[in-house]
Amino acid sequence: MSAKPKLAIYWASSCGGCEIAILAIHEKILDVAAAFDLVFWPCALDFKKADVEAMADGEIDVTLFNGAIRTDDNAEMAHLMRRKSKVLVAFGSCAMEGCAPGLANFADRAQMMRYIYHDAPTVDNPEGVDPQPQTLVPEGTLTLPGFWNTVKTLDQVVPVDYYLPGCPPEAKWVAAAVEAIVSGQLPPPGSVIGMDVTVCDECPRERSEKKISRFYRPQEIIPDPHKCLLDQGLLCMGIATRAGCGALCPSVNMGCRGCYGPNEGVDDGGARMISALASVLDAKTPEEIDTILDTLPDPAGYFYRFGLARSMLQRTALAQENGDRRAHPMAEVPHLDPKLKT
Amino acid sequence: MSEEKIGVYVCHCGHNIAGTVNVEEVSEWAGHLPNVAVAKNYKFMCSSLGQEMVEEDIKQEGLTRVVVAACSPHMHEPTFRGACQRAGLNPYLFEMANIREHASWVHQDDKEAATEKAKAIISGAVRRAEELEPLEPFRAPINETTLVVGGGIAGINAALEIANSGHKVILVEREPSIGGHMAQFDKTFPTLDCAACILTPKMFDVGNNPNIELLTYSEVEQVDGFVGNFTVRIRKRARMIDTGLCTGCGDCWERCPAKVIDFVYESGLGYRTAVYRPFPQAVPKYPVIDTESCIYYKNGRCKACEKFCPTGAIKFDQQDEVVVANVGNIVLATGYDLFDARRIPAYGYGRLANVFTSMEFERMTNASGPTNGKVLLRDGVTQPESVAIIHCVGSRDKNTNIYCSATCCMAALKFAHLVKEKTHAQVYNFYIDMRTAFKDYELFYNRLLEEGTHFIRGRAAEVTDAARQPGEEGKLIVQAEDTLIGKQRRVPVDMVILMVAMEPRADASEVAHRFGIGCSDAGFFTERHPKLDPVATMNEGIFIAGTCQGPKDIPASVAQGEATAARVLSLIGKGEVQVEPVRARIDEDRCSGCRICNNLCPYGAIDFIAEKGVSRVNPAQCKGCGTCVAACPSQVITGQHYTYDSIMAQIEGLLYDQRTPDEHVRVLEMEPA
Repeated sequence: MSAKPKLAIYWASSCGGCEIAILAIHEKILDVAAAFDLVFWPCALDFKKADVEAMADGEIDVTLFNGAIRTDDNAEMAHLMRRKSKVLVAFGSCAMEGCAPGLANFADRAQMMRYIYHDAPTVDNPEGVDPQPQTLVPEGTLTLPGFWNTVKTLDQVVPVDYYLPGCPPEAKWVAAAVEAIVSGQLPPPGSVIGMDVTVCDECPRERSEKKISRFYRPQEIIPDPHKCLLDQGLLCMGIATRAGCGALCPSVNMGCRGCYGPNEGVDDGGARMISALASVLDAKTPEEIDTILDTLPDPAGYFYRFGLARSMLQRTALAQENGDRRAHPMAEVPHLDPKLKT
Repeated sequence: MSEEKIGVYVCHCGHNIAGTVNVEEVSEWAGHLPNVAVAKNYKFMCSSLGQEMVEEDIKQEGLTRVVVAACSPHMHEPTFRGACQRAGLNPYLFEMANIREHASWVHQDDKEAATEKAKAIISGAVRRAEELEPLEPFRAPINETTLVVGGGIAGINAALEIANSGHKVILVEREPSIGGHMAQFDKTFPTLDCAACILTPKMFDVGNNPNIELLTYSEVEQVDGFVGNFTVRIRKRARMIDTGLCTGCGDCWERCPAKVIDFVYESGLGYRTAVYRPFPQAVPKYPVIDTESCIYYKNGRCKACEKFCPTGAIKFDQQDEVVVANVGNIVLATGYDLFDARRIPAYGYGRLANVFTSMEFERMTNASGPTNGKVLLRDGVTQPESVAIIHCVGSRDKNTNIYCSATCCMAALKFAHLVKEKTHAQVYNFYIDMRTAFKDYELFYNRLLEEGTHFIRGRAAEVTDAARQPGEEGKLIVQAEDTLIGKQRRVPVDMVILMVAMEPRADASEVAHRFGIGCSDAGFFTERHPKLDPVATMNEGIFIAGTCQGPKDIPASVAQGEATAARVLSLIGKGEVQVEPVRARIDEDRCSGCRICNNLCPYGAIDFIAEKGVSRVNPAQCKGCGTCVAACPSQVITGQHYTYDSIMAQIEGLLYDQRTPDEHVRVLEMEPA
């Protein structure tokens, strides 16, 4: 067709926000169209998996792959795109570190199925139907892809060349990545395309020495617009989160949620955050520590909102085959599944 | 994969290690670890022959890293670092694997498991050794002035020993006079010599020694720096007395109309005036004005002291003064607090008038005390005819303090003797165990047994005034199980003395934090080693003496005070210190200035550089504790010698037998559905 490099964009378990982020580079999308031959983009273009399968291995120059891997289908496509691509980019938080889908690693498949198809307050399923991998219909057998106990990041399934953090990645970094690919001036393989400092570096708020005597949720106080949110007791993940967004959330009085993931070189951002906050609690006794921590609901959800699947934790221990649920942390979450609290 | 040549040496430590760990098997196994060039085992690695073996191998085999698997690095890390240095290898490329405390000693009943654990520990040490980097210690001169905090008997002796050798001492005391608890005592066990007679000469020596700058009524507020080079901020509280003019004549306190109960020196049994000198032999001789009870500070009138002062030394507007001093070493001898007997309501202190604490009784028997040495009930006139002494009040008790206060048994015997001497009353000692451990103490116990004191072995359950039987009316009844005869006893007495425990000072943990040292579970300051380094702390240049380290009697406190002097003088004699290069370092290019670390440093070594928006570690003040390294949310603080990579490598090494085929440590079962 042409000598233009071939570009593919694929989504696995993701929300679609990354696709929008790609379009949010605005007129640069024309550069992308001019510079690349877009060979596969299920969200926007009508190519099929078979078209990719028909290509030679390594024929695609770059694949931007967003979304986590949680089904057999996700994994199959990850392997396929890896095989067909010279450069595979984990695009966005889901592919890079699991993101919100990765929070499912606090539970397992059985728990999720039970909640989603039976126990959730909005479910109406009087016959107790569960989704089946295979369903016989008059036309033949329908299949659903296998659903995993554990959500994985892209690089836990196939080797990845570059990472583009963010939920979604900011347009300027998408543009920077595209420009780097177009110009061929790519960083060493395995690099994260982004910064190696934290959000505080970009945040204009004034920070002081930290002593936290309680945490506030955003609805509980109106923060001083000039002072560091964390100094005011609002949980802000900016201290442990890679810069690159321009401190968007703190700029509008919301604590950073950590979507750019941990700083360069950090294996477990949640652990870093816990360690940092634990160090600055204004408490002298274990009881005071408990009192302060009681003002912080769902710490695991806060600290691992984006990074659980990639963290050292990766997931909670899988329940034993014999169904011993007591060992399972989710058994302690009554609002999720009251039946498990026996 | 690095290309280091590592030597691994497995020590038998006699039978200490080899009796439990199969050292031959372990060293043979270690020889097959990646990058291990030499693996040997030897009876005593710390011997000269063991050290020479390491030196020889460094030279002959060209070892680039050395791992000795033996005891705790507290014991012999310096030994083997020295061996490496002698052979030309940077001493920080040495790593100690502790297979004694961590393997053989704790798994003596399972040799196989101990051997496997020793392998894991060595594997971790080898992996960590690969990540070590050469470091150079830096040298600093030692300031020859010493700060001694606390003017009790321990601090006094430390100060005198150092000053007598010709070096300057700054002695800081919180109270208006030095002397400490010992100044309150009448007699001292077991010899019954007069406490004041043996203490006051030393107090005067302190006051007169030209090398000692005595700052009483003062407290250390801030400590910066490191061994040899501390800077301390001392607040001299305003005495409201010009000590340059005051002669200590006493006209002021004789005329002072404001009388208040003296809870400190007289333990609440006597009065003092608002302008006061705690006791006649106080050093320095100058009084202080207690501005909370002084009438002038309440309503602006009175000024009796000013009117009668012959030298015009009263200065009502005197302000606190802050003294900043540079010192090379610091001795902490901050003493103890007494257990508050109200915390055990069953003994009735504060509710039943004739229940006394040991310190109240001590004051009572003192000839210069509130009763002029007479043993009297709370009414101030009646001599008791029977006295119960209850041991272990707040000691050896799960509800209060689990430790033994070490001195109370002997003090109780002393009291029993003094009661007998002064009143001929019957004395009943209620004890759990009689602990008379040191020189001539048992003789004193025997003497008391002969004097006819009653000893009832059993913790007193209760002191009550509720009479149940004839003969109990109007008495205090001590209820206890006499465990030697196996019966409950009720002993009616006129007076009860509670032998209250020694406790850490109420502010001990704050003081510990200020000086960068640790506290034990009970709250006493922690020594560097409980046996072999009892007066040093983990903070070099800071020493501890006396009861701030744990309950002890006068001879032990004196010995510790003098021991600290020896330690200080040996450092001063050296002239300079080598400061460990194990330090935290902030990558300023990558610091985002979140300021999480700013407040954490126990040594005040982290500064925030506002113009650059980054934090910085002052290496001279940093002790390498790692607090900031762990807390840094962006992981840009590196602990030199304990880098992130070296710690992760050590963990991976420890888990060497948990590897999956793809060489990653298996974290969890992760099979897809």
